[in-house]
Amino acid sequence: MHERRLGTWLFALGILLFPLIVHSNYLLSILIMIGFYSLVCNGLTMLMGYAGQISLGHAAFYGIGAYTTAYLSATHGWSPWLSIIAGAVISAFIAFIVGIPTFKLKGHYLALATLGFGVIVYTCFKEFTSITGGMNGFFGIPSIKLFAWEFSNDARFYYLIWTVVLLSLLFSQNIIHSRVGRALRSIEGSEAASDAVGIDIMRYKLQVFVYSAICASIAGSLYAHYVTFINPQAFDAMLSIYFLIMVITGGASSIWGAVIGSSVFVLLSELLKEVVPLVFSNAGGEFEIVFFGVLLVVMLIYMPNGLTAAWKKITGKWRTSTTLSPAAKGGGGR
Amino acid sequence: MKRNGQVLLTVEHITKQFGGVVAVNDVSFDVNKGEILAVIGPNGAGKTTLFNIVTGILAPSSGTVRFNGTDITGKKPYQIAQLGMTRTFQNLEVFTNMSVIENVMTGAHRNMKTSFLQAGLRVPSVKKEEKAVEEKAMRCLEKVGIAHLAYERAETLPYGNQRLLEIARAIAAEPALILLDEPMAGLNDEESRWLVEVILQLRKEGLTFVFVEHDMETVMAISDHIVVLDNGVKIGEGTPEEIYRNKAVVAAYLGEEETVC
Amino acid sequence: MEVFSQFIQLFFSGLTIGSIYALIAIGFVVTYNVTGVLNFAQGEFAMLGALTAISLSGAGLPLWAAISLAIAIVVLIGALFEKTAIYPARHSSGATLIIITIGVSFVFRGLAIFIWGTQPKSLRPFTANDPITIFQAVLLPQNLWAIAISLVGVFSMGYFFNKTYIGKAVSACVVNKFAARLMGIHPEKMSLIAISISAGLGALAGIVIAPISGASYNMGMMLGMKAFVAAVIGGLTNAPAAVVGAFLLGILESFAEGFWSAGLKDAISFALLLMMLFVKPNGLFAKATGKRV
Repeated sequence: MHERRLGTWLFALGILLFPLIVHSNYLLSILIMIGFYSLVCNGLTMLMGYAGQISLGHAAFYGIGAYTTAYLSATHGWSPWLSIIAGAVISAFIAFIVGIPTFKLKGHYLALATLGFGVIVYTCFKEFTSITGGMNGFFGIPSIKLFAWEFSNDARFYYLIWTVVLLSLLFSQNIIHSRVGRALRSIEGSEAASDAVGIDIMRYKLQVFVYSAICASIAGSLYAHYVTFINPQAFDAMLSIYFLIMVITGGASSIWGAVIGSSVFVLLSELLKEVVPLVFSNAGGEFEIVFFGVLLVVMLIYMPNGLTAAWKKITGKWRTSTTLSPAAKGGGGR
Repeated sequence: MKRNGQVLLTVEHITKQFGGVVAVNDVSFDVNKGEILAVIGPNGAGKTTLFNIVTGILAPSSGTVRFNGTDITGKKPYQIAQLGMTRTFQNLEVFTNMSVIENVMTGAHRNMKTSFLQAGLRVPSVKKEEKAVEEKAMRCLEKVGIAHLAYERAETLPYGNQRLLEIARAIAAEPALILLDEPMAGLNDEESRWLVEVILQLRKEGLTFVFVEHDMETVMAISDHIVVLDNGVKIGEGTPEEIYRNKAVVAAYLGEEETVC
Repeated sequence: MEVFSQFIQLFFSGLTIGSIYALIAIGFVVTYNVTGVLNFAQGEFAMLGALTAISLSGAGLPLWAAISLAIAIVVLIGALFEKTAIYPARHSSGATLIIITIGVSFVFRGLAIFIWGTQPKSLRPFTANDPITIFQAVLLPQNLWAIAISLVGVFSMGYFFNKTYIGKAVSACVVNKFAARLMGIHPEKMSLIAISISAGLGALAGIVIAPISGASYNMGMMLGMKAFVAAVIGGLTNAPAAVVGAFLLGILESFAEGFWSAGLKDAISFALLLMMLFVKPNGLFAKATGKRV
């Protein structure tokens, strides 16, 4: 129990100290991107890793958060704080409505339905030009202010996003080690047994879906206020799949998977953007997807539970073999 | 009926058809509080179908199931469980992604109150509830004799202990009735004996059991009351002695599966 | 008369795109039936086929040779894909396999960028492409080629699965893997055959559409997803129904584009997908509306 909290505090300390030690706007901007993705993946890890429900459409909520806050704050002059909350409420509502029929589906069908949902929302961003600006994009999203303090430079924004990430990680961690978290994990473990102990599976799937949508929405909103310009392509099906890659890379055996997966993804894509053009001079566009594709396939075939689980396996090998009691070994069975 | 006691579960004229096949045909019986009732019958007799109807996995074509005075016919499995009826599985449905004690704590779900928001914010009541449920889970594990394995990963447990874990999980819900689906399947003699002991002890503490079982030795040894199905029809019921004397049962059941006894 | 000619025009372009969806959708259904894998990389075979054929044709090969060779190459790629990504993960869950195929589709798309760059390319039409006018609607011969080739593809697949030994063996695996094994048919080998065939069908689809709408590294994703919608309309396991679904979808999209908005046609297709999944997950032509839970 205490070990769990200690890790969180150490992590928070590291986050706090980083900009004081490393003075690089480039690194800060990378860490900010990792922050956005960590926030999305935090919710998504709860949904996919703990409750075992796949989503191929979370870019939609990221986008809804971004466009709602952009529209309300830039077009209607709302305070960004309020518009971010409005985005989260709308995302939660949509997740709830869409979730009801969607989570009656399983496996392949669930994957297809969430993918379809993502494409529909993406198309709406593209086509409802009067609100979103269509493919030309949405300009002039204001930055966030706290009283006179404006989150306009990277260092300030860094603290803002990572505060939110930390709070959400804490929230998730609390969920996991509670009645609700066990209910979620039980769904992945065995739906028949969840039923048998009186867990309303549908209710928990919906709750965690709404939670993950809120996380994605807030991340998208913050992203919009950070970059001040958004266009639909930032929220297409590819992004949903990138989220999936991050969640799978990080793994779901701990909430840190979200941060680790996002970090690996962002750092790897930055690295590839630096290195690949040196080797292949004609590489352009989103060539780095080759590597992510390979990463995804290799992870799923050889490390299906993600990096955190692989790490636990390596470090935990001796521990489990010594603590397994003789009674457990000699219990018989088939 | 000469059994006395308070009726806990009533199965009334249950019929279930799959297409043209009648899997269960007009079966009725009562389960009294504090009783161990066995449902037996040759393969294909309709035991599993009946079991699935009582637990809400299947809806009957006709008839009603009443539990603790409530009509539970057509209710969903989790709703029935929330009313205080839990079960174990023949093919083990342990939550392999949790530790042993977490499995049992999950079993206590229905008597806990923490909501999503409360859990996330970890309000003081959550801490208290977590502590209480962990202690309760530990007591349940002690009752089935695997408390020393509480913090192992559930999937590392051998088969027999996983069966015990399922029972611990079922009793953590503080149910009025536990349904056991072939609890002896896959257990060796020593494990079977221990399981019988556990069940008898739990009955002493006021629990009621209904179980479907192939192992006649266990059935005869621990049941207070036996219901015999054949081809979806109830062909007899009574105490173990009465079942032994029941010609129809001996002919239909023992005749077909002589090797069992 | 003008509305009528527009109607004909839209109908034909719907049939054209529908025929492309049909070829890819058959590949889906065949793969899904035999391996249980919902192959998200299926659309990429179309992209690979189209771009390979364009390169081969550009290298001076006659068109028919370029096309045949391109299909053969993609069939080999399909076989390689089965051996390296599907076979090692054959015991994984459905969701895991889906994600693996997504990973593979990324690999294909990324490799395409390395090989062909990001600029769209085009293939010359199969025959002289002088417009034909029917009821004042202007049709291009390539559209007719597309429809004809797809129909030939569809019917030869039907022949293959119902009449030839290998085809029957593959079908047997669908019905009962265990029984198939008892008969001396190896499901693993059938998985290889099924995915290779699907790859070939995908390649053919890409090649046929290339003269009409061009080819680029990112054409596969949308084609693949639309073919999914078609396959779902057909119930995922029924190839003839998927073909009907593909034509329905093509025509619906074409009319949506013609009478409403080109941009929203994708939303309409996927709204249809969701409706199918929510209301009739066993397909439009399923006899019983059994609950799929």
